[in-house]
This record gives sequence, structure tokens and C-alpha cells, in this order.
Amino acid sequence: MTSRIQTPDAGLTASLQNAPDREARRSFLGQSGLLLSGAAIALLAGRDALAKGKPSTASDVNVLNSALGAELEAIAAYQVGAESGLLQKPVLHLAVTFQGHHKEHADLLAKTIAKLGGQLVSAKAQYSFPVETLKTQNDVLRFAAMLEKGAVSAYLGAVPVFNNRELAKAAASILGDEAMHWAILRNALGEDPVPSAFMS
Amino acid sequence: MTTALPALLALALGLAAGGAAADALRAGDPKAGEAVYARCLACHALAYNRTGPKHCGLLGRRAGSVPGFNYSKAMQSTKWVWNPKTLDRFLANPLKAVPGTSMGYDGVKDAQERRDLIAYLEQAGHSEACKPPRE
Ligand code: HEC
Repeated sequence: MTSRIQTPDAGLTASLQNAPDREARRSFLGQSGLLLSGAAIALLAGRDALAKGKPSTASDVNVLNSALGAELEAIAAYQVGAESGLLQKPVLHLAVTFQGHHKEHADLLAKTIAKLGGQLVSAKAQYSFPVETLKTQNDVLRFAAMLEKGAVSAYLGAVPVFNNRELAKAAASILGDEAMHWAILRNALGEDPVPSAFMS
Repeated sequence: MTTALPALLALALGLAAGGAAADALRAGDPKAGEAVYARCLACHALAYNRTGPKHCGLLGRRAGSVPGFNYSKAMQSTKWVWNPKTLDRFLANPLKAVPGTSMGYDGVKDAQERRDLIAYLEQAGHSEACKPPRE
């Protein structure tokens, strides 16, 4: 499966970073089919995968939607970080890469919700971020680390409440990615990247 | 030695008491609760609405009553007022306490962690972060 994962088209990525509006998102959704992981492909393969085990319910759609809301906010947060002028070269690259992952998560969640016939939450026109407290690169890193750790906890809290186990698996797959982000951000801050054996 | 004996006794009594586990809980510690609150930070902030509603002034307000936040019908129709008791019930198992809630989260299963978390929410709800009405 990994051999099918391709690097996103640089131009497309750049246009998304500059204009994360609905149109750009839509074209991204249209072209990113090959960027998805094995778990994602299983989910998108059709109702078959979702039909395994217990069926998905309205409650599953709720859970997916709150995850989508948090992912869309994370995309906006990394945008603020990237545009702040506070991030230096290697760290700026991390922020852009991680933002790309969150876009892929949001993309997958949106498609899954649509497939289940749910009503999609859309990105807010305006997010509130504590920009007045973001004065240095480390402030931005700490803020991002807080969001990533929160995301791990949120997915951890989502895994057991899905009625459909394929959805739980997809959430766990995203959780692993967010945990890596968290560790790398802590490392960039000079903190112990993996401070404990369990996440809560 | 003099302190070890009472401690041992307490342990033995605690074990013997078994079912009275609830009594073994400490009073809520806001500092410990702040660490538990890190789990909520993908969706909540004290001072502004995000994926979830803001938590400033939480204790004492009606469930589902922050203006401008798009609550589920389930939450709006609980008629609950948030206090340590209702929060404990909700946070232990949100989807069971309020079936149909849009807070898709398994909850905080440890009773002491919930107590600490609620103590934090109570204290933080009147902290500096909550003073200037900001948007
Ligand atoms: C995945 C996102 C998410 C996570 C994680 C999350 N919440 Fe929520 N929370 C929500 C949403 C969405 C609502 C609105 C629920 C509704 O309308 O049914 C909410 C509602 C609430 C409410 C009711 C508030 C009101 O104004 O009536 C409380 C209290 C609350 N959350 C506390 C917490 C705490 C404490 C945590 C961490 C242990 C937490 N939440 C984690 C999304 C989340």
C-alpha cells in the first residue's frame, strides 16, 4: 500500500496553503485520492468496509464531525503559525508538513461523513487563537504541541465510542500520526519527546 | 516508624472497606485538574468557543446556553445546570449521560481525575483568563 502514496503536487499544496477556501479544498478533495493511507483506502473503498461488523450510526457521524471540526481548526492554526514570521527554516518545514497531514485527515473525515449521509461541519470563517501570547518560535511550537496532544486525547476518546470498528481503526490511525507530531514538536522545544509510556 | 503504622492501618482498612471507595477520594485539586484538562484542548478553550463551547463561567450556567454556540438538540433539552454533580455524571460518560450529544468523547473514567478536573473548571471559570469578555 505504501508504494501508492505519492508526494502531493507542489503547486497544489502551495495554492492550498495560500487559499484554504472551499474551492481550493474541493479541488484538493478531487485530486488527492492517491495520497491516502491503507486505512483510508479501506474506508473509502465503499460501503463494504463500513458495513463490516456493527453498522455506523448517527452517533458515529457526530464523533466524526467533532473530529473534523478540530482538524479544520488545526489546519487554520498551522496557517497562523506559518504566516507569523516567527518560524525559522527547519521548524517552518515541520509546520507545513504537519498542516498537510491535518488536511489529509480532514479530507478523509469529510469523505467518510458524506458517505455515511451525514451533514458536514465546514471550516469557520474565523477562528480565535491566542495570537497575543505567540511572540517567539517556541511559543508557536508550544501552542501547536498543546493542540496535537489534545488531538491525541480526542481520538483516544473517540476510538471506544464508535459503533463501527473500521471507523475506530481509522481514528486510531490518525491518532498515531498526531502522537508523532506531538513528540517531534516537544523535541524541537528541547523537551523530552516521549515523556510517558501511555497517553490519556 | 511512628508514621508507618497508621499508614499501614489505613491501607488495611481501605482494603477491607472495599465498596466504600468513593470515600477514599481526595478533595478536588485544581492543579492536577489542569493537567487532565489538557485532554480537552483539541476542542475547548476557557475564553472562546471552538469545536466545543467555552468553559468560562461553566459552573452555575444552564447546559447548552452559551450564545453563538451550535449545541446539539440533546444538550439543549437536558435542562441541567452545571454543578459538580451534573459535571461528574456528564464527564464520566458523555454519550450515555446525554444521548445524542455532539461531544463524541468516551469521558474521564477515573473518579479522582474527574474531581480534580471539576475543581479546575470551577477555579478557572473565575480566573483572569475569563475576566475580559473577549471574542
Ligand atoms: C472532540 C471534541 C471534544 C473534546 C475532546 C471534548 N469536548 Fe466537551 N464538548 C464538545 C462539543 C462539540 C460540545 C457540545 C455538545 C453538545 O452540544 O451536545 C461539548 C460540550 C461540553 C460541555 C457542556 C458545556 C455547555 O456549555 O453546556 C462540557 C462541560 C464539556 N464539553 C467539557 C469537556 C471536558 C472537561 C473535556 C475534556 C475531558 C471535553 N469536554 C472534551 C467537544 C469536545
